[in-house]
Amino acid sequence: MQSTPDQRSLSSTTAFVNARLTDPASNLDQRGGVLIRGDLIADVGPHIAADTVGDAHIIDCDRRVLAPGLIDMMVFTGEPGHEHRETLATASRAAAAGGVTTIVCMPNTDPVIDDVALVDFILRRARDTALVHVHPMAAMTKGLMGEEMSEIGLLSEAGAIAFAHGKTSLASAKVMRNVLAYAKDFGALIVHHLEDPTLAMEGVMNEGEVATRLGLRGIPTAAETIMLERDIRLVELTGGRYHAAQISCRASLDIIRTAKLLGLPVTCGVSINHLTLNENDIGPYRTFFKMKPPLRSEDDRRALVEGVASGDIDVIVSAHDPRGAEGKRRPFAEAADGAVGLETMLGAALRLYHNDEVELLQLLRTLTVNPATLLGIDSGRLAKGAPADLVLVDLETPWVVEPDLLRSKSKNTPFDAARLQGRPLLTVVAGRLVYNYAD
Amino acid sequence: MLLDLSEEAAQLNRQIDKKRDDLRGRTLINLFFEASTRTQSSFELAGKRLGADVMNMAVSTSSVQKGETLVDTAVTLNAMRPDLLVVRHHAAGAVELLSQKVDCSVINAGDGSHEHPTQALLDALTIRRHKGRIEGLIVAICGDILHSRVARSNILLLNTLGARVRVVAPSTLLASGIERLGVEVYTSMREGLADVDIVMMLRLQRERMTSSLVPSQREYFHFFGLDFDKLARAKPNALVMHPGPMNRGVEIDSNVADDVRSVIREQVEMGVAVRMAVLQALARHLPNR
Repeated sequence: MQSTPDQRSLSSTTAFVNARLTDPASNLDQRGGVLIRGDLIADVGPHIAADTVGDAHIIDCDRRVLAPGLIDMMVFTGEPGHEHRETLATASRAAAAGGVTTIVCMPNTDPVIDDVALVDFILRRARDTALVHVHPMAAMTKGLMGEEMSEIGLLSEAGAIAFAHGKTSLASAKVMRNVLAYAKDFGALIVHHLEDPTLAMEGVMNEGEVATRLGLRGIPTAAETIMLERDIRLVELTGGRYHAAQISCRASLDIIRTAKLLGLPVTCGVSINHLTLNENDIGPYRTFFKMKPPLRSEDDRRALVEGVASGDIDVIVSAHDPRGAEGKRRPFAEAADGAVGLETMLGAALRLYHNDEVELLQLLRTLTVNPATLLGIDSGRLAKGAPADLVLVDLETPWVVEPDLLRSKSKNTPFDAARLQGRPLLTVVAGRLVYNYAD
Repeated sequence: MLLDLSEEAAQLNRQIDKKRDDLRGRTLINLFFEASTRTQSSFELAGKRLGADVMNMAVSTSSVQKGETLVDTAVTLNAMRPDLLVVRHHAAGAVELLSQKVDCSVINAGDGSHEHPTQALLDALTIRRHKGRIEGLIVAICGDILHSRVARSNILLLNTLGARVRVVAPSTLLASGIERLGVEVYTSMREGLADVDIVMMLRLQRERMTSSLVPSQREYFHFFGLDFDKLARAKPNALVMHPGPMNRGVEIDSNVADDVRSVIREQVEMGVAVRMAVLQALARHLPNR
């Protein structure tokens, strides 16, 4: 039987056939299909076709790209504490619509995720309300105060997938050293935001001519590179696994390259915003473009795109950060930073593909298998036995972003009215259809 | 054009009957989120001399802390149907934001470290009255460039009018990329003031200083305060200007401030004239009921 998928849950055995299989983990890019049974991938390859899968429910992909569901390593939700901005449920709907099948939520909620019970709370809420896989990151210090190390071992056992410091840097080099050294014993990943708090203190955007013209105080790139250099010395000292949450400038990329050449366990991410926007987009004080780290120069943006193409940047994140009018309808310096991104990440990332700047497999690598490997999860690949997390992608059709249609509770998108090319058509999480563009 | 209109207003202001009726029946609200003496009072006088009803609203920053956003404040005021709104705010871009949310004309009376356009206009008027022109003059803007909206507006206006603009300040008080705004940058008063026609001093904005930018007032005065010794580097007939309020003995020697070359008091007088001109120009374009 052949039909368009109009039911929420797929049949227990479903075959996606006539697809362009695109799996960065195995460098696969060819015609074929994926057979899923229950919540796992049962088989994958060129031999999966309508006439080879027996009585499985068949979905004809019409030669479109079938890829592993995207994994987003940096999502801020408002749960717990700011549910009016976003809950795990609404974030997961946004994720599904963006082809994202796994989100990692950040610990700087209210209260801060620094306790086993809170990790458990997130996992239970996600199980009961979310459409996609949710993994919490826990705080690396208690209350994110930067003083006492959190219970990294117990939190890991409870399900914390990594440890972060929210949108601030851990100022004390001594505490950072201890965190890295202690986390190493548990194989835990430390994910760090990079911003020297004293250098960045009054700044609200990238330092330079644009900030000076706008009369806004700047944040020099040195605020990021100083922290990154420090951290890399501490990785050298401790051997802890370290991931720079997002880098924003050319100079940071150079530092990462050097650290990788030295063989240090260092990786880095970049937000979709920093790959597709720059400081000039702020224009007349548009607060939806206020971010942390700030949008940098066009030269920095180009360097980051090259970093994705060369593989020096490991991961692209949405840095999804929902903010309401109360945070954004303010003078720029007083406005909240952050932008929603789950639903536009893939479309915006495809700009790099359409511009011939990054090959499709390499682009998808940073959104699937790379974050999966860093986080130690078995999704992010089209492989027998892997979770049936898939996204069917239309690479070509242009569309215009309409904030009111976003599923996220907050509409603070910097891609308001942006023209994007390509979008997810179907999103499957653990064998369940969680998004169908045709609906 | 605005400067010519200002000249007329300056004449009017020296007469006994200073009243005109360009703005009769109109309502002007002075909305000041940040304390101001001369800007607020000169807008008030300008509005009254043109026949408008003028209301002064000093919005304490505490109402912001009570949770009302600037946009909500704007919408509230807009409901009172003013014709002209004069706004000062401590945040750059706040006036722009507010102007998007109201129907009436909005005049920027200073927004953070961004701009203070009427100050630049009154400075240009003062210069033109004394020098007869602006084109070709060398103007040195000295002091706290980093925090100064006056500096930014003057750089834009004086460059447009054909002056050569220099900025003179210690590196810690220079904004990043300032040279891209079309100015020559000096970090020494002795060099920066050589042969200039205009010395424009800026107030050292101590209230905006949250981090150590200069070591002491005494050191600042020694190297960057305008005294007769440094002023001697300028042309003999150079004008000394200051947007006020002055910190005597910090950025300017008290005797220099009161010297014959100082036009600081005239700047205040021209402040009223320029603001009248701005209001008159806007009045011509206000919608008729």
